[in-house]
Amino acid sequence: MSDPKISVVDGVNTTPDSVLKTFYSDMLLIRRFEEKAGQLYGMGLIGGFCHLYIGQEAVVVGMQANVGPRDQVITAYRDHGHMLACGMDPKGVMAELTGRHAGYSKGKGGSMHMFSTEKRFFGGHGIVGAQVPLGTGIAFADKYASNGGVTLTYMGEGAANQGQVYESFNMAKLWMLPVVYIIENNQYAMGTSVERSSAQPQFFKRGASFNIPGEEVDGMDVVAVAAAGKKAVEWCRAGNGPIILEMKTYRYRGHSMSDPAKYRTREEVQAVREKRDPIEHLGHELVARRVVTEDQLKAIDKDIRLTVNTAAEFAIESPEPDPSELFTDVVA
Amino acid sequence: MSTQILMPALSPTMEEGKLAKWLVKEGDAVKSGDILAEIETDKATMEFEAVDEGRIGKILVPEGTEGVKVNAPIAVLEGDGEDAKVAPMPTKAAAPAAAPKESAPAARVDAPKVTEPEVPAGTEFVTMTVREALRDAMAEEMRRDETVLLIGEEVAQYQGAYKVSQGLLEEFGERRVIDTPITEQGFAGLGVGAAFNGLKPIVEFMTWNFAMQAIDQIVNSAAKTRYMSGGQMHCPIVFRGPNGPASRVGAQHSQDYSSWYAHVPGLKVISPYFAADAKGLLKAAIRDPNPVIFLENEIVYGHSFPVPKLDDYVLPIGKARVIRPGTGVTIVSHSICVGLILEAAEKLAAEGIDAELIDLRTLRPLDTDTVIESVKKTNRLVTVEQGWPICSIGSEIATQVVEKAFDWLDAPPARVAGKDVPMPYAANLEKLALPSVDDVIAAAKAVCYRS
Repeated sequence: MSDPKISVVDGVNTTPDSVLKTFYSDMLLIRRFEEKAGQLYGMGLIGGFCHLYIGQEAVVVGMQANVGPRDQVITAYRDHGHMLACGMDPKGVMAELTGRHAGYSKGKGGSMHMFSTEKRFFGGHGIVGAQVPLGTGIAFADKYASNGGVTLTYMGEGAANQGQVYESFNMAKLWMLPVVYIIENNQYAMGTSVERSSAQPQFFKRGASFNIPGEEVDGMDVVAVAAAGKKAVEWCRAGNGPIILEMKTYRYRGHSMSDPAKYRTREEVQAVREKRDPIEHLGHELVARRVVTEDQLKAIDKDIRLTVNTAAEFAIESPEPDPSELFTDVVA
Repeated sequence: MSTQILMPALSPTMEEGKLAKWLVKEGDAVKSGDILAEIETDKATMEFEAVDEGRIGKILVPEGTEGVKVNAPIAVLEGDGEDAKVAPMPTKAAAPAAAPKESAPAARVDAPKVTEPEVPAGTEFVTMTVREALRDAMAEEMRRDETVLLIGEEVAQYQGAYKVSQGLLEEFGERRVIDTPITEQGFAGLGVGAAFNGLKPIVEFMTWNFAMQAIDQIVNSAAKTRYMSGGQMHCPIVFRGPNGPASRVGAQHSQDYSSWYAHVPGLKVISPYFAADAKGLLKAAIRDPNPVIFLENEIVYGHSFPVPKLDDYVLPIGKARVIRPGTGVTIVSHSICVGLILEAAEKLAAEGIDAELIDLRTLRPLDTDTVIESVKKTNRLVTVEQGWPICSIGSEIATQVVEKAFDWLDAPPARVAGKDVPMPYAANLEKLALPSVDDVIAAAKAVCYRS
């Protein structure tokens, strides 16, 4: 997956067209998947909590362009996009959302708790911030084994106010662990804005006390994310210890499906959608650079919708787990 | 082609809602992300977005309508022809029925019987402290398996706050014996992550009291992940350290966590008393593919007991042991209170009560078979522990005995436990708060109807 060609030279995007086209498809798959998940939730086919990634697609797609087969990913509960970007099957993810046996966790995990050891995706964790020590430990094991692996540990800016994040930063730097901490700053910790929750709202500086370098990245620009991610992964792989990337991003939907989002105006959301949408932006660039035509973009969309609809049908038609599964997988 | 737009469920509990306001009208073109309507749920007013592109054909439910059932058609979306070949959202499937179609199995299938290997006749026994036995167990497993490592506060250079890791740094080096900062939640979570990724960490808590800062990582991350991942993820980790009251250290340093951890599916919980059990069970815990809670005791660290001199002495997890056979009353305990019941049994014998003593050794899975077998013989039960009495280990054992051997009981079970108060500091009050030999004797006499 690692693509050495991702580059921005003097502010000019010199990433090859083929890579950009893949970014576009990967982001659109997440967008369409999440829209469909929202729809299935509305129909009562997905239960409980369901946190959609719509608006933030560029972050995970850009970062994922830099990981190799020995690297791994861990995140919190807004995780559907991360799983798709890791190459997990949309059918298996959607079937987990509908609580079916064909889901990645046999229907026992749900939206917030999915894993793929094959794709080295370590979850899917429901407790805000708890994934940060876990990701640090995954990196610890890589360093212990000297295998060159790097761990991408994602968190929201809300999680970045949890104490255990700083316990992790301290150990990661102390022991020079190969971990990239990606703070997805979508500006709202559930309903509380950054201004109302953070004494230091520049999250890329949050590692300063531990001498961990940080960088602010436009998380709505997939090329900028990929370029920053490339440098960060190289930094870790070279044995320099942890690094922090703050992704300035935005989520269009509520915190979860049951969030009326009254803490911000409809105009604010609409303005981001119109001016900063990562998918629209890249689509326009692809057309402007004559990589694709408008019609070809529509064809990509149609293919992706088909993939997503097929996943949805699979997730609805698949059987629920057998009652005997209630007592399996508790202990080995 | 046209598709129906259905009334959405907008919270985990919503069954119906009010269609408060339409933000589109018939004939409007919409694309995914456009807000179609405002819907009032039982909790809030929510915006409802379009998923598919098209044109609003007909509005079926006018705004202001209350009590619109989830999944009722509220409008028709006309496709623009462009999406005609895209499979429409299936509308035929209903949500899974709220009530399970089949009833779940009533109870877990009993675990296979665990048998303990016999120590070969003629085996030499070496007297050592529990502290040394624990250290030897770790050292042997670290020699055997390169992925085993020890992390915690003061485990390396200081040789352990209670000297349990004496000599390990010297033998295994700082790569495998690692001093952590004072950061319980952090290093517990780091250990779990390392276990997810191929290592078998032994995480030492200076005492289990401090592990309350880390209990989220132990329960939510270590214990539940195998289940939540459908069996994909493994977490072979041991959390260990001294548990329960030591002496005169007050309420925040004197808690017994036995029942807390024994409550949690996905964990195994071990709490030995004798040095041989400490060694054999810690070796088993390190090899176990599950997260294991290993509850030691600061006072017991210094007690000496015989340990069989064998190359690889590993005991089965989940097996209690009858440490004194008897016929008059069954007394069940674990950890430091095993010392109490041994002393009480001597005194009871002098008064003609022949107690059978059971050392649980493992608290999860709990070996109730051994307890019930004994109660069927003695017809009387006393449980003894240092933890608080409410929802205690004794509560669980008494319940199971009543459920499974009620007809064999000649008296209600009796629980001896720590008093239901935070641990006091004053010497006299602390003594009163802890179970004593006299308490055990009194309880045993009570269930024998002797005064």
